[in-house]
Amino acid sequence: MKYMLMMNTPGNGPYQVASWPSQDLTRHIQFMQAFAKKLRDAGELVSAEGLSGPDRAKRVRAGSDGQPITDGVFPEAKEFLAGYWIVDVDGPERAYRIAAEASAAPGRGAAPLNMAIEVREVMSAPPQDLR
Amino acid sequence: MTIPALDRATQHLLRELAPQVLGVVVRRFRDFAASEDAVQEALIAAAIQWPREGLPESPRAWLIQVAVRRLADHVRAETARRHREELVVSLVPPEQQIALALHDDPGAEQDDTLDLLFMCCHPALSPASAIALTLRAVGGLTTAEIARAFLVPEATMAQRISRARQNIKASGVAFGMPDPADRATRLEPVLHVLYLLFSEGYVANSGAEVVRTDLSSEALRLARMLHRLAPAEAEVAGLLALLILTDARRGARTGPAGELIPLDQQDRSRWDRAAIAEGVSLISQTLSRGAMGPYQLQAAVAAVHDEAPSADATDWPQILALYSVLQGISDNPMVDLNHAIATAMVHGPAAGLERLEALGADPRLAGHHRLDAVRAHLLERAGDRDRSVALYRRAAERTTNTPERNYLLAHAARLSESSGH
Repeated sequence: MKYMLMMNTPGNGPYQVASWPSQDLTRHIQFMQAFAKKLRDAGELVSAEGLSGPDRAKRVRAGSDGQPITDGVFPEAKEFLAGYWIVDVDGPERAYRIAAEASAAPGRGAAPLNMAIEVREVMSAPPQDLR
Repeated sequence: MTIPALDRATQHLLRELAPQVLGVVVRRFRDFAASEDAVQEALIAAAIQWPREGLPESPRAWLIQVAVRRLADHVRAETARRHREELVVSLVPPEQQIALALHDDPGAEQDDTLDLLFMCCHPALSPASAIALTLRAVGGLTTAEIARAFLVPEATMAQRISRARQNIKASGVAFGMPDPADRATRLEPVLHVLYLLFSEGYVANSGAEVVRTDLSSEALRLARMLHRLAPAEAEVAGLLALLILTDARRGARTGPAGELIPLDQQDRSRWDRAAIAEGVSLISQTLSRGAMGPYQLQAAVAAVHDEAPSADATDWPQILALYSVLQGISDNPMVDLNHAIATAMVHGPAAGLERLEALGADPRLAGHHRLDAVRAHLLERAGDRDRSVALYRRAAERTTNTPERNYLLAHAARLSESSGH
């Protein structure tokens, strides 16, 4: 079963890495790298991506002529998606365990961030006999 | 289907033969897309059969034979599908064409490979499509391998390649050597594609570092091949020298956790001396012939860096002179940025910052993270730590490359800590 683990960070909350002391920043980056490697080595990682900051984000709608109408930037957004992992695991318990591990990533002064990770099951392909 | 892992020698042989075989088949059958598919199938067949049954006596002839047979099968199936409304493509049955193909003029091989490169790197294609097609048709990589290297699903990559081939067909590019007059113009996109391919692999990407390194090696291999086929082209030699001299620093460019290490802080004992000697000798010979092109000039800059025993001993006046010439012949904002850095190294940070002021008006650079990063670097050198830290952070927010972002953030953090005490 595949799950998407979404790391939503508050626009002005604890995941303000840019202002962290270098030691905390380095520790956090090393944790994230080791975490991805561990999932990959375990054969559980499907993909993981970090997203660029909210000041590069645009909201797009089609205009009446079908052409894109862009809206943005949203630096003041309450919450934004900083990145995600997609894991392929045996069941939801394992996905929750992985999410908890990511949630406890070290922050300022090495204290665990305990940030909220949203876990969503990825829709699967139809069973063979329905195709 | 799982393709067994091949030993290095066989893999190397297959990659070398791929464009030669494709060249023969395309010249015989004209249909690029069908030939390309057939050769790919032949390569896969070889990868399965050769390890089991041993190398055939003539691997090249074996591959041509299998490819032609596959093509003949496809032609037959296609003809049947059309209920034989049309005449068979050729009056000579495909099986008998094998004999013709096998005794092809071996001298034509070289031109074939060049032709293929010209075709795959045609300006009608987007760079991403051209890269994918080049890797498959000239590099002999399978679609699965290319997909893995670019971190996209195999089906996506297969579609990208198939669209690229349709575009080639639609644009009416003929398979054949361009006129000598067109050669330089046609060579330009080929060099650009190889350069992009190299850069794609050179940008450290923590997770998939290993596969992406292969892309750089493949770009180097193709550039060497191109140089062998067109030794008189100065820009080809320039590109090859640039890639060799850049690749020579690979081992020192990233730290144990994949973090970026800038040029002036790299451990130069980890640079590849043999590669540097090769690159320097190649670019020196080429420049002595008198022609000047952007790749040659960039290679010359790389050579100056590579030959400096330490960052402080770098011959910046020479680099500044090279960038001044480069500015004169190319309209590239990154060259302007590098020129500003060299200016700062020779005439001090204030002079460099003055140059940057003028560049901010260039829409291609305005808002670009690299402009922020360079300005931050020069402000740091000028002792203006507060503004420097703010700009390093803004650059970090604007870059889309994770190792680069981490480097910029860490540097900003260290700098801001040092300022208080």
